[in-house]
Formats: sequence, C-alpha cells, structure tokens
Amino acid sequence: MDITSVALYGPAAAPFAGAVLAALLPRRTAAFTSVLAAIGVLASGIALAGHARGGTAVTGSLVRADALTAWLVIAVGAVATVACWAGVHHLRDEARAGGLTAWSARRYLVLVQLFLTCMGAAVLAANVGVLWVAVEATTIVTAFLVGHRRTRASVEAAWKYVVLCSVGVGIAFLGTVCVSAAARATGAGGLRALDWVYLNEHAASLDPALMRLAAGLVLLGFGTKAGLAPMHAWLPDAHSQAPAPVSALMSGVLLSVAFYAILRYKAIFDACLGPGYARTLLLVAAMASLALAALLLIGQRDYKRLLAYSSIEHMGLIALGTAIGGRLALAAVLLHILGHGLAKSVAFCGAGQLLHRVGSPLISAVRGAITTAPATAGLFGLAVVALLGLPPFALFAAELGQARAGFAAGYGWAVTIGFLLVLVAFSAIARHGAGMLLGSPDPQTTVDTTAGHSSAAAAKPYRTGLSWVPLAVGLLAAATLGIWLGPLRPVLDSAALIAAGH
Amino acid sequence: MNATGVIAHSTAYDQALNLACGLLLLTAVGALWRRQVSALIPTLVVQGLALTVVAVLLAGEHENGREAMAVAIGLGILKAIVIPLLLLRVHRLVPDARETRPLANVASSMLAAAGLCLLAYAATRPLVEAAGTTTARATPVGLALVLIGFFLAATRRRSISQIVALLVIDNGIAATAFLATDGVPLIVELGVSADLVLAVLVLQVLSARLVETFGPTDLDDLRELHD
Repeated sequence: MDITSVALYGPAAAPFAGAVLAALLPRRTAAFTSVLAAIGVLASGIALAGHARGGTAVTGSLVRADALTAWLVIAVGAVATVACWAGVHHLRDEARAGGLTAWSARRYLVLVQLFLTCMGAAVLAANVGVLWVAVEATTIVTAFLVGHRRTRASVEAAWKYVVLCSVGVGIAFLGTVCVSAAARATGAGGLRALDWVYLNEHAASLDPALMRLAAGLVLLGFGTKAGLAPMHAWLPDAHSQAPAPVSALMSGVLLSVAFYAILRYKAIFDACLGPGYARTLLLVAAMASLALAALLLIGQRDYKRLLAYSSIEHMGLIALGTAIGGRLALAAVLLHILGHGLAKSVAFCGAGQLLHRVGSPLISAVRGAITTAPATAGLFGLAVVALLGLPPFALFAAELGQARAGFAAGYGWAVTIGFLLVLVAFSAIARHGAGMLLGSPDPQTTVDTTAGHSSAAAAKPYRTGLSWVPLAVGLLAAATLGIWLGPLRPVLDSAALIAAGH
Repeated sequence: MNATGVIAHSTAYDQALNLACGLLLLTAVGALWRRQVSALIPTLVVQGLALTVVAVLLAGEHENGREAMAVAIGLGILKAIVIPLLLLRVHRLVPDARETRPLANVASSMLAAAGLCLLAYAATRPLVEAAGTTTARATPVGLALVLIGFFLAATRRRSISQIVALLVIDNGIAATAFLATDGVPLIVELGVSADLVLAVLVLQVLSARLVETFGPTDLDDLRELHD
C-alpha cells in the first residue's frame, strides 16, 4: 500500500472509519474523531492533487482520481473540517439546551460521517453508475439529519426532501441508462459502457439523438439535487431545518458534488452534441435560479432560509459559468465551488450558534448581535460579506473571473443580466445582515418569538467558549484563497482543463 | 440454430415479453384508477412480478446469463416481497386511508395516462432506433411507467400514495434499463437496489413521524414551510 492508493481510497474510507468509531466511542471522543476523519479527507485531497496536477490520473477498481476529483475532494474535506469542528460545539450546545439524548447524538455523528463517505464515493467514482448510487445515497443518509429535531417543520422538510430528490435523481438514472445504451451501441459492454474514460474517448461516436435525450434527463436530474431552479423546491426547507453543521455540509458541498456530475457529463455532451445544447439548458437554469433567489431573498424572514436562497443564487452563478464554458470560466467555477463552500459553511455554523443564543430563527429577532455576541456575530457577518462576493474572499476572484470569461466568450448579455440579479440579491442580503448585526432591537418581535421556541435555551445563559475558532479558520482559508492560490494553482488549472473537455 | 428454430423461439419469447410489458402498463394505470389505498399494494406486487418476468426473459438471452439471472431473482425478491412488506407497515399507520380528494378524478386521470403513453412513445424514438431489437421496441413502456408515476405523485395526497408513485417511477426506470440495455452491471444494480430499499425504509419511518406529528392527514396539510 503506497501513499497514493491510501489517498485514493481515503476520501471514502476515512469518514467510513469515522462512522464506525462514532458508533463505538463515547460521544465527546467520537465528536473529535469526526473532525480527524474530515481532516483525513482533506489530506487525501491534497495528496491526490499532488499526483494529479500534471494531468495524470490515479486509478483503482471502480475509483479514479484526476485533478478535477482532487479539487472536489479538497472542497469536501475543507468544508467537512469546518462543519465537523463546529459540530463538536453544536452538540455541546444541544446537550446544554436539553434537546440531545445519547442516542440522537450518536446517530447524528454516525450519519454525518456516512454522509461524507457518500460524497467521497461520488467524486471518486470512475463510473457513472456508481456516481449515481452514491448521490442517491446522500439523500437517504441526510434524510434523518434533516428531520433530526422531529418538529412538524423538520419532518415536513425531510419528507419533501426525500420525495423530491429521489424523483429528481431517478430522472438522472434514466439519463444514465440512455448514455449506457448509446455506449453499448458503440460496442462497449458491462461496466465499460458506464466508464468516464470510455465515454470521454468515444463521445464523438455516440448516437446524438440518444445523447440529446440523455443530456436533458441528466441536467434535470442532477440539477434537482444541485438546487437549480425550477427544481429547487426542497432546498430552502431542508437546508433551514437541518442542524447547522449539516446545513453547512449540504449547502457548502453536497450541491457542488451534484453539480460535479453535471460538469463531468457536460464535457461528454459537448464533445458529442457541440457546446450549444447543454449551454442553452444550463443558461435557462442559471437565469431561473438567479431570478428566483433574488426575488425571494428580498422578503425573507428566516436567516437560515436566507442562507439557503443564497445557495440557490450561487449555484445559479456556478451554472452560468459552466454554461459559458472554456478554461478560464471553468477555473472560476471551480474556485467558486471551494470559496462558496467555505464561506457558506462558516455562515451556516455561525447562524446555528446565533440560533442557540437567541432561540429564534427569525431575522427580526436578532438585532444588534455584534454587541451581545461579538465573536460569533462578527464572524457570521464576515462570512456574509464573503458570500456577497466582496474582496478579499475567494468568491470575489471567482465572480470576477466568470464575468471576464463571459465577456470574452461573447456572453456579455448573460453575464450582465446575471450580475444585475446578483446585485438585487446583494442588496437584500446586505440589508438583512446589517439589521441582524447592527440594528437596534425591536421589543415587540423579541417578546413574540422567544416565548414559543426553546425556553431551555433562554433559561441557561449561552457560553461562546471556543466555538468561534472553526469559523475563523474557515474564513481565513476563504480569504487566503482569494489572494493567493499558491500550490493549488496547477491543480486548479488541470481541473479546469478536464472540465472544459480538453 | 436453424431458421425455424429462431422464429419459433422468437415468437414465444416476444409474446411473453410483450405480455409482461403489457402487465407493467396495466398495473400502472390500475394504481391510477384505484382510490382505496389498500388496493395499491397488490397492484404493486403484480407490477414487481411482471418486471421480474422481463428480467428473467432477458437473462435467458444475455451473454453473461448467470449474473443476469441472479440480478433478476434478486429484483423479484425485492420488488414482490421486501418492498410490499415495508409498504404494509406504512399502511398499518392509517389502515382505512382513501384518496378522498385526489387532484384529478378517475376519468381525467385515465385520459392523462393515455396522453402520457403517447408522449413516452414519441420521446423514446431515439432509444428504439439506436438499438433496433425487439426488446428495445418495448422501451416506451418503461418511460410510460415513469410518466404515470410522476402524474400519480403530483395528484395524490396520501403519504403512502406518494411512496407508491415513487416505486412506479422506479419500476419504470428499471424496465427502461432492462429493455434498452439488457440491464445495468451487477455492481450498479446492487447499489441501485440497496438505495431503493433504504429510501423506502426512510420514507416508512418518516410516514410514522408524519402521523405522529400531524395526525392521519393529507400531505396538503404540510404547510409549516413556505415563503
């Protein structure tokens, strides 16, 4: 076993080991083990990146890692580290508020690790069939995490989530079947007909009519899981009801993992059908997502839903960049995926800590948080600034890159419309965020909302402790990536080339 | 094999295949027609058996027959025994459930089903043309099942009806996979089946929680979350 093969299976094996340990160890130890497993994923990603940056791929049975895989593994690992670390504090807060039994804590830890395992398997899969199985498994594993609190709202969210995502991902399987049928017509049998490498090499000889059908089904199916409008209906409910660290993982990387499937497929569809077909479909989804998110962000009352709609906005931008295509735009898209993952996970974990402190999910209930909880609120505020696309954070560089690539490729009109919608979303989020952090308290709403929610949280004063550390680390990483990519630059370039289909 | 042998074989084979595919479509329409929720489970068992027949028939023709037969038998156990048993447990939560106010009445549901079948035949033309075999000519049935499943999911208000709709969609996708490509490889099929069983298990637990928190109500009463 050399280091490369350890790194190749690491993104799925480390969290799986974490899940087994979480089932056996005492809760506090298990919570720290989960952070180690997440760091293991990140370390595997970095090791894979070291091997794959020259454009080569590491292969094993059913798994394959090239630069694009390595980049996604790094994103999963980085976000998971922040989310699992913040999860340690989340569990402590839940236990203090009295809403946590030994059984539910253990189930939470095991399911989060299995969730990471599924995402690791999805990005490592050498085979579209295995990719599909892993993506569908993420829905199943996260269902109980969404319904963790067992309130009416969270059970409803979990139901909608499982039904809509299963149907959506089912459509993607139909697309997979069409691709497999097209590959079989060129003479591939068994697993080869579903192999990424085979499909890429033979893309030009695949039946175009069949691939056109497949492209629609795959984009619709994985688009549902990636939260693109008009198939987004489950997203705000699920992301607002899940525990904060799980929301961080779902918004920060699960959406991107689903979009990774679209990125890989798009290279095949473009080689077979020309770039126009998938581009048109993605442009429609991107514009719909941006418009919907911008409109619904204006009147938003719940701050976790605010962040969920911001995820739809960012997925819209990612889809826009992918639609433009080409090396420059896709490098920006991949940077966007990592930058958004980090910023959004910090924002969700910060929102979770505010929720514990205030006891209400309403924006109007959180006023002047910067004076009452400077550390948490300050970091939450900075994460929101990062999500708005302001420098020095990575999203600024990513959005700038996408805009430049769009104008260079002759899609200036799409970029202009897209960024006008982003501006609407910007002002909506900035207004709500400023109110939460700096606004003066409105006595009427505060009384209203704390009464019904969690009296236990109100009874015991909230202690911040060191819960701000993971958030600060995540933000620091997002800011660093915005200024200096360093050793990640060659990986990003190779990954963008693969996604662009070169 | 001589010429007459091929013809005799292919007619019996084609007839059996067409019969099974017809049964698939009939059960899907049946699920749309019955309002008594308890009638849905036997309908689904019959559909599972028809799907198994399709898989067994294709396994006989497959170059890797033993593996394909194992997939077919596993599929039969899953679709005709395991999943119906899970559904029975959902059914016991609200034993006398009826679709009292479906969003589309029976007559318009039947018309919609006919329309969806036509759409399925139109949409799968590239798939049929690419393969050009007898089995591929039956693929539209698979897509018709998927579309009828969507219609079922969109117009029914009981949680068990939505699970049944999901299963009809899944049967449709499985049928398409078998008819268009002789089924997916064993390892993928295993993963797909495991996902399906787990998804139904999750939905069963969630149905119990729905009944616990909302009472035995329609899914229309899920109105906690909106913008």
